[in-house]
Amino acid sequence: MDAAQLTQQMINGLTLGSLYALIAIGYTMVYGILRLINFAHGDVLMVGCYFAWFGAVQFGLPWWVALMGSMALTAALGVLIDQGAYRPLRRAPRISALITAIGVSFFLENLGLVVFGSRPKAFARPEIFNHIYQWGEVRVLSLSIWVPILTAVILAGLLLFIHRTRTGMAMRALSRDLVTVQLMGIDPNRIVAATFALGSALAAAGGVFWAMKYPQINPLMGVLPGLKAFVAAVLGGIGNVTGAMLGGLLLGMTEIMLVALLPELAGYRDALAFILLIAILIFRPSGIMGQELPE
Amino acid sequence: MNLRDLLKPGPLPPAIQSRRRDTLLTIGACVLTAVGLWLLQAHTSGYVVHMACVGALFATLAVSYNLINGVTGQFSLEPNAFVACGAYVTALLTLSPAEKEASFILEPLIWPLSAFSIPLLPALVIAGLLTALMAFFMGFPVFRVRGDYLAIVTLGFGEVIRVVANNAQSVTNGPLGLKGIPHLTNLWWSWGLLAVCLFCIVRLVHSSYGRALKAIREDETAAEAMGINAFWHKMLAFTLSAFFEGVAGGLLAHLITTISPSLFTFFLTFNLLIIIVVGGLGSTTGAVLAAFLFTFGGEWLRVVEEPTRLLGWDIPGIPGMRMVIFSLILVGVMIFLRRGILGRHDFTWRWIIAVLGRGRTRS
Repeated sequence: MDAAQLTQQMINGLTLGSLYALIAIGYTMVYGILRLINFAHGDVLMVGCYFAWFGAVQFGLPWWVALMGSMALTAALGVLIDQGAYRPLRRAPRISALITAIGVSFFLENLGLVVFGSRPKAFARPEIFNHIYQWGEVRVLSLSIWVPILTAVILAGLLLFIHRTRTGMAMRALSRDLVTVQLMGIDPNRIVAATFALGSALAAAGGVFWAMKYPQINPLMGVLPGLKAFVAAVLGGIGNVTGAMLGGLLLGMTEIMLVALLPELAGYRDALAFILLIAILIFRPSGIMGQELPE
Repeated sequence: MNLRDLLKPGPLPPAIQSRRRDTLLTIGACVLTAVGLWLLQAHTSGYVVHMACVGALFATLAVSYNLINGVTGQFSLEPNAFVACGAYVTALLTLSPAEKEASFILEPLIWPLSAFSIPLLPALVIAGLLTALMAFFMGFPVFRVRGDYLAIVTLGFGEVIRVVANNAQSVTNGPLGLKGIPHLTNLWWSWGLLAVCLFCIVRLVHSSYGRALKAIREDETAAEAMGINAFWHKMLAFTLSAFFEGVAGGLLAHLITTISPSLFTFFLTFNLLIIIVVGGLGSTTGAVLAAFLFTFGGEWLRVVEEPTRLLGWDIPGIPGMRMVIFSLILVGVMIFLRRGILGRHDFTWRWIIAVLGRGRTRS
């Protein structure tokens, strides 16, 4: 493989990695606070894509308005799921909440199949993401450049929010110690709702970029990105926002490089994330950022 | 009088005296079931027989899945991998060489498998043993983690097996799958397997091993402090459940006669999960009951997918609505009725006799 191709693949890996990072943050934040694997996260992403599709295609909104609208609506959906399905189970055994999450995930998928139909819908790329940049022999779609940049902006905003606002501080505090925080006069339910809203909005953003990258959407599109983003979150050390970003990038890079360097294994690409997950849990259960693994 | 009072058993007879009676009752129930199946075979349509076979296979799958999830309390999500393994192994062993050559059009089947075929029974045993072996090797990494990590790792294994089935063209025929598998599964095979599976698992659950498994479910640390080796007990439950899931997968392949990787997605696991949750995690009879409810209820729910006329209104059928309802049932059961139908209890002869006996003394 020559240098041009390698650069091209690196950029592809960076793009895919940014998408995983955006999705992984929702998992890691919810897990950090509730110790719940929000199985439905990938399907929330799918619904977000349909919101954006309705905005952009049905109502002809400009892409960024559709994206913002989709993020807002998906945030509301995330809160709704939390309040409706997870909140009644806060004191139940954690496995009950996990089973509920699996149920919610299947509910969203099948409702999507009923409401939107199983046929994939074309998701047009907006003008500015559809150019092809060329430097020498390197040819890159402008989307592949813009996605990492936009992701970096969003993530910078997120880090500022988590570290500089009172709500963000409450979120970090809750993930440390749920009981003490309540004694400090913080209503955990509001903070958990905010976490779900934030995570779902980021998932919607990730999903819309995902839909632009492979320009079509279908009701089962959220399953694999969701599962892989979860692996990315574990890879980075679950509960750790920066770790989730790094884990996402690492997973995206590894996947693209596997396909680029060993094309005969391309069919096994979807298994890679899980093999990686099994390997991490055996050799370094706390992930890259090294927090203790909760049982 | 509410339901709970009605079901509360009266004075129980002493356990030791009743053991022989229980054996007799069980044998009697088996004979009755066999007569019922014979009548079913003779007097109903092929469709009902087919559903009865599916029900028995799902009951077998649910009972063995419940052994690891409900009895041992290790919440895992891999049965689709075991069913796939069993189905592929059995199908590859029983398909005739000519049939295999016709199916494998993209890449020929690798050598030893392409040259012979064997009858169903040894094929099922081999499939079960291979699946158990796979579970044994999976167990080492899987049981290093607990709780929801265990769930996600086993889910990952299920996904890996599916990807392998999709890509190992020269063994599994890739996405095309295997066709023309002989239709050998009938009522006797499927219900026979259910009987064997129930016998083994009920005996296991009521032995000292079973009590150890339940102890691990309640508190693993305390169980280990009592001298129970948690790892090997989990492994025992895991491999045994894999064995039966593999055999049931083999029979399933010979019931539907065509298999492909898309049959063995997480969807299959999800269905089994609904069954054992609705039946009550940890209840063997609950799993059987819920499996039949699921199989026949699923058929009954087809009503919502077909256009009907109700009270003068034309209601259009909504395809796919059944799964929406199933997922709502799962969430509803978790929120409002977390113990499922039977909780962790089981139907036992003692309990049934006690309930019946109480009814008699009162009237």
